[in-house]
Amino acid sequence: MEEIKILTYFVLAVFVGFEVVSKVSSTLHTPLMSGANAIHGIILVGSIIVAGHAASTGMLILALLAVLMATVNLVGGFVVTDRMLEMFGGKKKAQEGHAR
Amino acid sequence: MSLISPEVEALLYLVAAVAFILALKGLSSPKSARRGNIIGAAGALVGVTTVFLAEELKNVGWILLVIGVGTIISVPASRMVKMTQMPQLVALFNGVGGGAAGIVALLELRAADTLGFLLAVAFTIFVGSVSFSGSVITFLKLQELMTTRPVLFKGQQYVMGALTIAALVAAVIVVTQGNAVVATLLMVAGLVMGLLIVLPVGGADVPIVISLLNALTGLAVAASGLVLDNTLLLVAGTLVGASGTILTRAMASAMGRSVNNIIFGAFKGGSTAGSTEVSDRPVKSGSAEDVAILLGYAQKVIVVPGYGLAVAQAQHTMYELAKELEGKGIEVVFGIHPVAGRMPGHMNVLLAEANVPYEVLQEMDEVNPQFKTADVCLVVGANDVVNPAAKTTPGSPIYGMPILNAGDAQQVVFLKRSMRPGFAGIENELLYEPNTTLLFGDAKETLGKVLSAVKAL
Repeated sequence: MEEIKILTYFVLAVFVGFEVVSKVSSTLHTPLMSGANAIHGIILVGSIIVAGHAASTGMLILALLAVLMATVNLVGGFVVTDRMLEMFGGKKKAQEGHAR
Repeated sequence: MSLISPEVEALLYLVAAVAFILALKGLSSPKSARRGNIIGAAGALVGVTTVFLAEELKNVGWILLVIGVGTIISVPASRMVKMTQMPQLVALFNGVGGGAAGIVALLELRAADTLGFLLAVAFTIFVGSVSFSGSVITFLKLQELMTTRPVLFKGQQYVMGALTIAALVAAVIVVTQGNAVVATLLMVAGLVMGLLIVLPVGGADVPIVISLLNALTGLAVAASGLVLDNTLLLVAGTLVGASGTILTRAMASAMGRSVNNIIFGAFKGGSTAGSTEVSDRPVKSGSAEDVAILLGYAQKVIVVPGYGLAVAQAQHTMYELAKELEGKGIEVVFGIHPVAGRMPGHMNVLLAEANVPYEVLQEMDEVNPQFKTADVCLVVGANDVVNPAAKTTPGSPIYGMPILNAGDAQQVVFLKRSMRPGFAGIENELLYEPNTTLLFGDAKETLGKVLSAVKAL
C-alpha cells in the first residue's frame, strides 16, 4: 500500500509540473529554469536528515559536504532568481517613465 | 523526542510543497514572477525548519554551521555575479544540488531494505553524479575555461557503451546486495558519464543541456525522497523534473533543435563539426561616421543585440543611441532572438537591466517580417542568431535554428570585436555580403562614437 501511495504522489506531481509551466513565454525561460533549479535545492532537507543520523565521523563529513552543496543550491538559487526578476521589475518603472 | 507530531510534520511539508507549486506557477508569468520566487523561498524555509523540529538529529551545531557557511558563500556570489555570467552560475548551483542528492543516497544505502528503496538509491546515486559532473563541464564551457566546441575522441561511443554496461551491472549489484563499495563505483561511473554526455555538446546547445541536467537533478531529488520516505523531497523533485522536461523541450524548439540531436548528435559524427576556417575574404569595414550617416538618414532601424553587447556592458549606450535616433523621428525596434545571449530569455534580462522599455523589444516572429521594410539592421555583438547558414547549409551545426532575417534589410551593420566566429564556432556568410558594413571594436566604445557622430549630424 505504501508503494501505491508514493506512486500516487509521484504521478500527480508529474502532472502538476507539466501543467504549471506549459505556455510560458521564452522571455521567462531563464528565470523559470533558475527558480526550478532553486527548488530542487530542497535536497537540503535530505542532507540534514543524513547528517543528523550519521553513524561515524567519515559519514558525518560526507553528509556535511552534502549539506554545504545543498545550501549553496537552495540559497544561491533563490537569490540569483530574485536578482534576475528584480530587473524585470525595474523595467516596469522605466515603462512608466517612458509613458510620461 | 521530536518537537512536533508526525501529523504536524506532514502538514508543514504539504505547505512547503504547495508553496513550490505556486512558485513555479508564478514564475510562468512576468507579473507574478518575483512574488512566485519569494513564495518558493518561503516554502523552502518552512521545509528546512520542519526537518529540525520533526527529526531527532545529532550534530545540529555542525549542520547549522555548515548551512551558515553555504549561505555566506552563495549569497554574495549570486548578488555580485555579472548578469552575463549568470547562466554558468545557475549551472553550478544545479550541479551541487545533484551532487548533494547523490551523497544523500550513498549514505542512506545501509538503511535501505526493500527493493523499491534500493532501486531509488541506485538511481539517485547515478543520476545525481551525472548531473554534478555534467554541470561542472557546462560551467567550464560557458566560463570559456575550456573550448566551447564539441570535444570528441576516437571510439567515444564504445567507451560510452562500455560505461553504460558497467553502470548497469553496478546498479544491479547495489540493488541486490546493497554493497557500499560498488555503490561508490556507481557514483564514479555517473561522474564519468556526465563528462562524456556534455563534452561533445557544442557551445550553442549548452543552455539546453543546463535545463536538461536541471530536470535530472529534480528526478534525483525525487528519488531521494523515496529513499528517505520524505514526501516533500518526492513532490518537489518530481515537480522540477516534470517542469524541467517541458522547459527543455520548449527551449530546444525555440532553437529548432531536438533534445536527442543535441545529446547524441555529436556521436553520429560530422554534423556538429562545421567549418572553422576563418577566411581572409574581403569585407567592407566602415568608420563610426559612416555608420552614423546610415543610421541618421534611415526611416526604420532594427537593432539585433547579442551576447557581445552584454559583455561590453553597452546596453546603456545602445539605448541612448536608440533614443537619439527616435528623437530624429526614426523608428527603432529591438529584435530579440529567443536565445540571444547565452540562455533563452537572457537578452531580455540584460536589456531590462539597462531599463530598455518593454514595448520596443520584439520577439522573433514579430520582427522577422519587418526586416524587408527596414533601412538598416544594426547587429551589435550577435552572430549566430543572424547566420543564414541556419537556413542554407544542412551540414552546419546551427542548421534548422530559426534566425532573425537581418539579411533582408537594405543595409546591415555589424558591430564586432573581430572576425572571430560566434559561440557556435562557425563562419557567417552575411559578413561578406555587399550591403554589409563592419565596424570593428569594443561595442561600448564604438557605440559611443556612433552616438556622438549621430548627434553631430
